[in-house]
Amino acid sequence: MGEPNHLRRLTLIWLIATLVVTPLVVIFVGPIMPPGNASEQSAGHVTDNTVLLGMATPVLLLLLIYLAYAVIFFRQPQGAVLEGPQLRGDTRIQTAWIVVTSLMVLVLAVYGSVRLLADNGAGSGSGPSPVAKPSGPKLPVQVIAQQWEFTYRYPTYGGVETPHLELPRGQMVELHVTSLDVIHSFWAIQLGVKADANPQVDNIAFVKPTDLGRFEVRCSELCGIWHGQMFDYGHVVTPAAFQQWIHQQQVIYAPVTKELPPYKTTYLPEPTRRGE
Amino acid sequence: MSAAAATPAPVAVRPPLWRRLIGFNLLTAVVLGVGGYYLGWFVGHQISSPTFVYEEATNENDVALLLAYLFGVAGFLIGMGFANYPVMRLLGRPPSLREKEEQGISRYFGLCTDHKVVGMQYLIGIGVFFFVGGLNALLIRTELLHDTPTFVGPNQYLSLVGMHGSMMMGMLTSAILGPFANYFVPILIGARRMAFPRIESLTFWLLMAAGFILVSTIFFGGFPTGWTGYEPLNNEAVMGMDSYIIFFALVGVSMALLGLNMLATIITMRAPGMTWSRLPIFVWSVFATAILMVLAAPVLIATLTMAALDRTIGTTFFVAGGGGSSYLFENLFWFFGHPEVYVLALPGFGIVLELLPVFTRKPLWGYRLAVSGMLGVTLLSFLVWQHHLFVSGINADLRPFYMLSTEIISIPTGFIFLCVIGTLWRGRATFAVPMLFCLAWGFNFLIGGVSGVFLSDTPSDTDTHGSFFVMAHFHYTIMGGLVFTFFAAIYYWIPKMTGLRLNERLGKWHFWSMFISFNSTFLPLFALGMKGMPRRVSSYAPDLHGLNVWVSISAFVLGFSMLIFLFNVVYSLIFVRQRAERNPWHSKSIEWQLPSPVPVNDFEQIPTFDNDPYPYGSPSPPHIGDTAPAPAGG
Amino acid sequence: MSLLTRKLLGVGAAVAVLGVLIALYISSWATSFPASVSATPAVRQGGANLTLETVAAIGPKYSPSHPDWVSYLVRRGGKWVRSTIFSVPAHSIVHVTVYQYDGDSGLRNPFLSQVQGTIGDTETVDGKTVRGIDPEEASHTFAVPELGILVPLPGVPEEAKNQCEFAPCEGAAHRTITFSFRTGGKGRYHWQCFVPCAAGWLNGFGGPMQTLGYMDGFIDVT
Repeated sequence: MGEPNHLRRLTLIWLIATLVVTPLVVIFVGPIMPPGNASEQSAGHVTDNTVLLGMATPVLLLLLIYLAYAVIFFRQPQGAVLEGPQLRGDTRIQTAWIVVTSLMVLVLAVYGSVRLLADNGAGSGSGPSPVAKPSGPKLPVQVIAQQWEFTYRYPTYGGVETPHLELPRGQMVELHVTSLDVIHSFWAIQLGVKADANPQVDNIAFVKPTDLGRFEVRCSELCGIWHGQMFDYGHVVTPAAFQQWIHQQQVIYAPVTKELPPYKTTYLPEPTRRGE
Repeated sequence: MSAAAATPAPVAVRPPLWRRLIGFNLLTAVVLGVGGYYLGWFVGHQISSPTFVYEEATNENDVALLLAYLFGVAGFLIGMGFANYPVMRLLGRPPSLREKEEQGISRYFGLCTDHKVVGMQYLIGIGVFFFVGGLNALLIRTELLHDTPTFVGPNQYLSLVGMHGSMMMGMLTSAILGPFANYFVPILIGARRMAFPRIESLTFWLLMAAGFILVSTIFFGGFPTGWTGYEPLNNEAVMGMDSYIIFFALVGVSMALLGLNMLATIITMRAPGMTWSRLPIFVWSVFATAILMVLAAPVLIATLTMAALDRTIGTTFFVAGGGGSSYLFENLFWFFGHPEVYVLALPGFGIVLELLPVFTRKPLWGYRLAVSGMLGVTLLSFLVWQHHLFVSGINADLRPFYMLSTEIISIPTGFIFLCVIGTLWRGRATFAVPMLFCLAWGFNFLIGGVSGVFLSDTPSDTDTHGSFFVMAHFHYTIMGGLVFTFFAAIYYWIPKMTGLRLNERLGKWHFWSMFISFNSTFLPLFALGMKGMPRRVSSYAPDLHGLNVWVSISAFVLGFSMLIFLFNVVYSLIFVRQRAERNPWHSKSIEWQLPSPVPVNDFEQIPTFDNDPYPYGSPSPPHIGDTAPAPAGG
Repeated sequence: MSLLTRKLLGVGAAVAVLGVLIALYISSWATSFPASVSATPAVRQGGANLTLETVAAIGPKYSPSHPDWVSYLVRRGGKWVRSTIFSVPAHSIVHVTVYQYDGDSGLRNPFLSQVQGTIGDTETVDGKTVRGIDPEEASHTFAVPELGILVPLPGVPEEAKNQCEFAPCEGAAHRTITFSFRTGGKGRYHWQCFVPCAAGWLNGFGGPMQTLGYMDGFIDVT
């Protein structure tokens, strides 16, 4: 009697909020979120995050609006000591909730799996035999992680090893990430690539840079005291500039390239055990 | 009339202090613990020195330190009196069944079989180590005010990071089960004690020994691996790593025993009429948590044993050069690690759902749904652990499965939220401090849970794994979830446990300063993670400096809010000591029908239960049980 | 106040004092650094001089708890000091001389045997200017990855007589290596060794290789 229809009010507030906020979030916030569009894979992440954000916004709004509404309206009147209504459950609401949340979850899982495969692993380290391999020519680059520096090896350019990473724009790169000692993680932030470097493991990630510029490389798995200082800057350059650079590196590092072991996907340099 | 009436009763003579100190108590335990430590050190040197080549070159003897810790803990427990019962049994003598239950304040400093004493011990003990962990966090945040290492040495920084994480994860697993489940589960199910009172006390003292051992790592060079202890960095580390190994192994033992005790008590010691469908939801959450503890902790203990063997006798379980694999450690650790985080989350669910009916004056909405939510989380938590390894190079075929299982686990978690929504619906809420903390749980766990959905999506996880985004996610769910409900439980149950009131105004100041500074500290971390700041670093890109300074300052305010709480505790419980009424929250739960503090035997008679546990709402249903039932047959 | 309250207060005060002491101890432990040593100005050449020494075992005089740990030492005021925090001037040339007393361990990644980041990309070993060394002969490196500096230091041959036992190593068999590098603007950079020279540890990278004050340190460009 005189009790307002809370359900109708709440639904209305939530609907209006969702219809206003969700498009704003999807159109304005999603696209500017990191990691940016410097590669196909990072652009894929921006899309995925925007979709996730778009699905999360109504859920967040529902619960936040409800909490605020409950705190304002479902309270004990001043000075009263009343009991609330005896409501113990409602099968229809529970069933509806289970069905809706299950559907959302299934959609998210399918969407995530599809995107993972469609983006050639979405820049993640996919192990030695990745499921989604891109077709076409790939530039293999090995990332060797050691305490506490990344070095990079180009097997198709004579196995030359360089201290900095440069990649040609528009070329699919097949990164082989491995470690010489402990677990590290190669994170090329703006390119949207992250692959753990485990000793004796060849962790493959695919990336196709699309924008010229500098990107940051950081180690993202604790590997010892200089883990925080294990960072580097790489560059995405035009294919012509890349050819020039790699030939220059071959000349500069010619003396030491002779000393390097032959290119393999994993290495086990001495010493390898305690006490050796 | 009788001739004996004039004989005076013998006067009890209190023995002198030195006489009272001899016996199985804390002092003896410390003395035997120190003795055991040195004995273990000596034995370790004898058995390892001549044969271990690398001890000469490394000036470190892990065998000696591990044995020292183990013997020290054994000595400590023997001195405390834990060996008395088995030894007495072996010798055929009658063992004592109750320890120290009547003795005044000294029972809090030793082995006491009264579950309420163990509950109070846990509360103080966990509180102390929580503050140590918090101090570590403040030192970390002080270092992060600068974008290059400045204030804290690099070795110490990693040790602080590791100590903070390990202390919190190790201690907070028992944050609600230790103090509140030990104190109230027997009462809520109508029992007078736990199934294994001595083991109950053992879990507490093991945890205290463990915490002490973790802090002692600073004397041995600290450890560089963070709380996850990844190999092979674990193997490369100096002796301080052994402190971590023993700490977590002891925590694992404590967890397993605590869970076992809870399961045995809840399954076998329910009073007449306390059927499974009348069990309070808090007890259900304890039950679900205990299942996880019992099944997951042994995996941790086994993993750490393997790590210790690698570090001492030269096995190569986790060393690639000897045929082992660093993956093995990751998988074993996270097989424990994921259920571990649900051990942290589930009790929080239980507290919130238990307290909401009291403060909204309505029954719990969706009782069966809540129970299935908790049991669903328990089951599924064993099927998701590889989401910590999405970019590690695991078999790529597995990732969609783990994405699915991780997404699915959000369904039972969602049931809890629906029950919260339903219980608040059209309720008559009052906003006492415990209720405020429960509502804050709703806000924090929501953000934490939604960020978890981002992390469960592998393409999105590629950017955020190992970054501050993950840190924000788990701080929102663990600190925003568990720690807030921990405080809710404290404010709610202290009047019953001590018979004294906590100051309501100070409580509200504590709440608001904590809630605001908590969100101010951890919300920006989502942005920091996405912008490219990895975890456990002391250097970051210069453009992240401003955000880091903001976060550090907020962290200091958060620390200050804890001081408000401490001040409230000291002020209210030691100085003011205002008596609390028997049932200040007008709860209909059975523990509030008992006097405050609850007397030694809990109930005069074992109660019977004949109603659903949430008899709120109008028209007013009867009480849930009869604390003075008529004797059978009469 | 009742007896119980007084007892509680007493215990509380003791705990509070203990707590503050523990906090102070942990804070002071966390913030302890080895002393910072400044490079001495090189009056004739311009820039600054830094003189370093590497030893196979530091000895009980410099490290009572870890006498067998391999370590760097730096010369300050005519004496050898065990510190790895060096202060060098900005925008100048730093001339480094290393007296290398340790035997070789060999590099795990032979790429690091080519000199990088120094003036001329060369180093001078016992008077001879080279662009790199044999990776098997490497004993230590002096590397500042953030500045791109990498200088491999060859070891004393195994059959050499009069090898140094404990620091200081005056007069024992050694190799003298010199190199120079340019500094840019102000900053704090870490330097490290890349050779697995920590005997007995897994990968040769534990213990001294991961502890400030032995094989790792800071270069403060001021």
